[in-house]
Amino acid sequence: MADYNLPEENRYSKDDEWIRLEDDRFVVGVTDYAQQQLGDVVFVELPDVGSRYEVGQAYGVIESVKAVSDLYSPISGEIVEVNGDLEEAPESVNEDCYGVGWLIKISPDDPSAGKALMDASAYLAYIDERSDD
Amino acid sequence: MTELARTPLFEAHVELGARMVEFAGFSMPVQYTSIKQEHAAVRERAGLFDVSHMGQIHFRGPRAVTTVERLVSCRVDSLAVGRVRYGLLCNDGGGCVDDVTVYREADDALFLCVNAANIAKDVEWIRRHAPDRAGVEDRSTATGLLALQGPACAALLQALAKEGNATPVGELGRFRFARYEVAASDCLVSRTGYTGADGFEIYTPAGATRTVWDALLAVGEPHGLTPAGLGARDTLRLEAALPLYGHELDDTTSPLEAGLGRFVKRKRGGFIGHEAIEARDRKGATRQLIGFEMEGRGIARAGYGIADRDQEVGVVTSGAPSPTLGKSIGLGYVPPRLAEPGRAIDIVIRDKRVAARVVETPFV
Repeated sequence: MADYNLPEENRYSKDDEWIRLEDDRFVVGVTDYAQQQLGDVVFVELPDVGSRYEVGQAYGVIESVKAVSDLYSPISGEIVEVNGDLEEAPESVNEDCYGVGWLIKISPDDPSAGKALMDASAYLAYIDERSDD
Repeated sequence: MTELARTPLFEAHVELGARMVEFAGFSMPVQYTSIKQEHAAVRERAGLFDVSHMGQIHFRGPRAVTTVERLVSCRVDSLAVGRVRYGLLCNDGGGCVDDVTVYREADDALFLCVNAANIAKDVEWIRRHAPDRAGVEDRSTATGLLALQGPACAALLQALAKEGNATPVGELGRFRFARYEVAASDCLVSRTGYTGADGFEIYTPAGATRTVWDALLAVGEPHGLTPAGLGARDTLRLEAALPLYGHELDDTTSPLEAGLGRFVKRKRGGFIGHEAIEARDRKGATRQLIGFEMEGRGIARAGYGIADRDQEVGVVTSGAPSPTLGKSIGLGYVPPRLAEPGRAIDIVIRDKRVAARVVETPFV
């Protein structure tokens, strides 16, 4: 069983993304589990700043050498910033998924939306549950 | 779900921490560490692949050569003992049943190495068309196969292989093979591969595959040898523009459309599918396999459309980022008028058209 880095201060979605509150916005990225499952990330397609997404709606695409995966919004809100550096350095998602490998920043419709997501221990249990298959 | 088949190296892959995926009914390693790293290891040093899922169909007896001659698109009568040739098994419509390598082991003994996904189909096809069924034997499960690929391979294998009366393994020519004792096991070693790199394919008795694998990894470590999975195998073969059955080739594709005319005895004929291949060619091909490079941002994937002006005119059969070139590349079928290198085309990625250009292959 692989080890996953799951910082306690983050919340986690069932689509394997993390969110972290910074001032009045949420920073969003993919989890350590997700980047390990994907393998070498080679391409990230992110939405336009100003566009709106509902929770669960696809906002972008992340591609590894082998696979194409949709990115689903963990909360509803407006995109206020995207990580443009990933265009040149998509491998940042593998190297530092909670830091320079972040994906988008969302201004949430509901500032308490994060509470609906899992904490680190619930998310770890959710990973384990799926690897039993 | 049916139980996946395992190669003799299944436990070895799990012990190495490989990510296992289903491929052609087998549980196979797609990567051990990273596709990019495994790819680079093969281009720069050496990689070791388990390809034991592939099939081996043997032909023996006085009619072996004439039987295989009639089954495959390449010449067999002129294939000397100890040599390998690439060819296609074609159907009556000129499509490809499979793409294979033909090994001439003796005057009256040959075998075909075939794709894992096609073993059952090939065996059925061959038994139906072989006049001497008793001389045909499927030895796929009794045979393990390792692919040792990359520039450091010759030196590495030389340290392990005892040649007896054969040529020293490092001096074995391209598309030649001989028997060697590798890690105390009797193996058939062939200077062939599916990566575009120099390298060897090592056929072992299934019971000895693990011993040979372990010995190669141990001897190879100081040479930078790394185990490599199907992910790197796919990006390597794509850079070399080698076709993958089920992508560039299928039961409807003519070898000529796939750019494989040099592996077809076009004048001599005498194999199943020859008349249909030539008839289709006289009528004029409707599609041609091309290589392309992305110019806009994006990665072409199998199944994406290829467009010219406002029309979708073709389809991508394989695509990936090329670790060697640092560009996104692909193969696909287009009408022959668009097949000229330099021609601008678009790849339709998630309903968006992204610029690409037809290029010469191989890519590296």
